[in-house]
Amino acid sequence: MKIIVAIKQVPDRDAQVRIDAHAKWIEESDLQYALNESDAYALEEALQLKEKHGGEVVVVSAGPERVGQTIREALAKGADRAIHIDCDDLGSRDALGVARLLAAAVEPESPDLLLTGLQSEDLGLGQTGVIVAELLNLPHATLILHVEKTDSGLTVKRELEEGWFQTIELPTPAVLTIQSGGNKLRYATLMGIKRAKTKEVRRVTAAELGVEAAPVVLLDRVALPQKQKSTQILPGTPKEAAAALVEKLKFEVRVL
Amino acid sequence: MSGVLVIFEDRAGKISRISWEAVAAGHKLAASLGLPVTAAVIGAATESLAAETASKITGKVIRVEHPLLGQYTADGFTIALHQLIQSESPAYVVFPHTYQVRDYAPALAARLNEVLISDVISIADGPVFTRQLLQGRLSGNYRHTGSGPCLVSVQAGAFRADAAATGSAEISVFTPTIEPAQIRTKPGEPFRGSSQTIDLGSAQLIVSVGRGIKEAENIPLVQALATALGAELAASRPICDNGWLPMERQVGSSGQSVAPKLYLAVGISGAIQHLVGMKASQCVVAINKDPDAPIFEIADYGIVGDLFEVVPALTEAIKAAKQ
Repeated sequence: MKIIVAIKQVPDRDAQVRIDAHAKWIEESDLQYALNESDAYALEEALQLKEKHGGEVVVVSAGPERVGQTIREALAKGADRAIHIDCDDLGSRDALGVARLLAAAVEPESPDLLLTGLQSEDLGLGQTGVIVAELLNLPHATLILHVEKTDSGLTVKRELEEGWFQTIELPTPAVLTIQSGGNKLRYATLMGIKRAKTKEVRRVTAAELGVEAAPVVLLDRVALPQKQKSTQILPGTPKEAAAALVEKLKFEVRVL
Repeated sequence: MSGVLVIFEDRAGKISRISWEAVAAGHKLAASLGLPVTAAVIGAATESLAAETASKITGKVIRVEHPLLGQYTADGFTIALHQLIQSESPAYVVFPHTYQVRDYAPALAARLNEVLISDVISIADGPVFTRQLLQGRLSGNYRHTGSGPCLVSVQAGAFRADAAATGSAEISVFTPTIEPAQIRTKPGEPFRGSSQTIDLGSAQLIVSVGRGIKEAENIPLVQALATALGAELAASRPICDNGWLPMERQVGSSGQSVAPKLYLAVGISGAIQHLVGMKASQCVVAINKDPDAPIFEIADYGIVGDLFEVVPALTEAIKAAKQ
């Protein structure tokens, strides 16, 4: 089975973010980046499928030079090779624009399966996988926790809301977006990190893929969120703050 | 192009609550632009859904009906709504932001050469659509610049369902053309995960723990707080993903929705998927080391500090107060 995993590099969850001077996005210099969490689960699912059924795992990621580091991480965990869509203008492309880049890079590879995380931790659109499926005219399923290969295609476990699940059968080739928590994530081994250095990373530019940025939706301005409630911060040492909170719980919330 | 089309969703034969919120958003958009509102209900037999809808809106209701729409599939819904949108030419299409909508609306938008503006929390004049970025740490204002219809999905709880107008809308039927071979996926019946033995929904007091707890070995720290308070212990998704607490203790869009008298969030940053499950709580208390954590946007009381110091101190203070 040939599996392509689309991964995204996102600001690290604990990184301090500052709005940039034009209030269009965040200050990117000195920012720490990491592999998007649900994409890590997509990669894990792909590696486990390969271990069971054989084949190849190829990662694809779009973004500037720094994305190379996240790609190496995926190779160190066990992906066989990578495609780096080299572009500095990811921010000026909308979800359809990014999906067009990915679709153009994936199509000539003709994979049996394309996996990606269900959504990114930065923009949180949760659309890329579904749009790529539409562009490549492939069936898809979202929020997948478990993938099983069958004689005719795949049987997948899909998460629904409020603790419900559903099984879906679909033919391959197909696109799945993976929900976090379905598997336990692996760490890269020392051997893996060493091997990753010699694995193929093919670079391709947006221009070579023939995909222009032609957005139909624009992120106009970013801001700090508006507070919905005025939070009363209880100051002091942990002990003082705890004592103040107990007072509130007793006399105002009346739960003690 | 004209009008605002609102796509309704049903659950167990009734219009879902979030659909009424979507129609409230649709009404708001329509009023500011002077456009009529049309609602669409989708299925194999939609008569009662249409009647329920028609009693609450002033415009018209379209029954998008076909035997192949009896059970949801992304292919079926995308084909049917693509045909409906081409026939109705709405300026705006408003969806409730549900797992189902997330599954097909991005493809539907792409088929129209458009992009869904997803998970919108407010709409201002322009129109400008606001949605959250970076797990709620920032908000972003979006504008539609495409030439086709503008597709928007609205987040649960962002618009007040009771603001929806009452009315007696005219009902019509739209029959899309769908061939069985066009439906490529075969969905099974929904089933419950593990046996649901804990009903967090009726709990009055909840202590909930998030990523800030760092390791499974530290869970007893918050368990002790919950016990002292006489509260149920709950968690955000990453804690359950890691297997540190069972999935049935998860609060959020993929877990349980709760509305206790007290929700005490320990080391939870407050990503939107978590907030939708607990923002109906009467009093929210947050303990977090990051003063900018989104959880503080909805908290009544907050303690900014190291939970490994604050939680034991609070447990002791509660024990002392209860004596």
